[in-house]
Amino acid sequence: MRATVLVRPKPGILDPQGQAVESSLRHLGFEVADARVGRLVDVELETDDRDEARTQLERMCEQLLTNPLIESYEIDLGGGA
Amino acid sequence: MTDRPRIAVVVFPGSNDDRDAALALDRLGADAPLVWHTDDALPGGTAAVVLPGGFSYGDYLRCGAIARFSPIMRDVAAFAADGGLVLGICNGFQILTEAGLLPGALRPNASLSFVCRDVPLVVENAETRFTARCRDGQPLTVPVKHGDGCWFADADLLGELEGNGQIVLRYAEGENPNGSIGDVAGVMNADRNVFGLMPHPEHAVDPLPGSTDGALLLGSLVDAARLSAAALV
Repeated sequence: MRATVLVRPKPGILDPQGQAVESSLRHLGFEVADARVGRLVDVELETDDRDEARTQLERMCEQLLTNPLIESYEIDLGGGA
Repeated sequence: MTDRPRIAVVVFPGSNDDRDAALALDRLGADAPLVWHTDDALPGGTAAVVLPGGFSYGDYLRCGAIARFSPIMRDVAAFAADGGLVLGICNGFQILTEAGLLPGALRPNASLSFVCRDVPLVVENAETRFTARCRDGQPLTVPVKHGDGCWFADADLLGELEGNGQIVLRYAEGENPNGSIGDVAGVMNADRNVFGLMPHPEHAVDPLPGSTDGALLLGSLVDAARLSAAALV
């Protein structure tokens, strides 16, 4: 099954990329109060079991996909997790 | 044998300061073999390990995030757990934080620009095996060259590290090149045998390109490695 992992800089963590995007959006005339830039990882899993998939994805996030000190994650299994 | 202690320099795919580190350590009196990242074990008689600067595995995802899973890193972690001396410079520092061997994390520079210049530093703690040739408060000039050197720790962790004397080097006031919390340039683990810093001491050991202050840091490591090599015999 296919899953998506969203990785975000935690609140309070300096996000210079987000600041640059925010300032560029303002220059374009958009009324933007804040912008944060994270990362999206699409993963194709062998399993079709949603619980098993979630367990595996959580382990992936903890071991590699995120640095828990500075990033939070959200797992989207599609079809309403 | 122990008059030239063995300090292994690990080479990752993308390391580019490995030879400078080995050359500097050699000049300062160490035997500094290069060790390939796919090796399973450090060379026999290794008294200290250096993870050099440069890049590793394209630094995809986060700097150092993939290198920490290199085969050699298992032995480096075991070596550190046994009290072995480990120094991480720049990308090596990033790898050590990702591996959980050093506290905090390294984020993109606040300016989003790559910085490459000599930076004034202050020695915060000279009572370590990585700074023993310095004195507390001593100013040093050592170059930095990085895009992801913004060290981060939350307020609780920073307070704990400061209380423990684990903040070893700071950028001099007004000279922080990357926006790191507390102007931190180099940090040590609680057991005081693993140290990482963003500046490059291996590029500051010869008067020709400028400062020789890096020799104080690497020389301290060579002294400590010599003592620990003697203890092994």
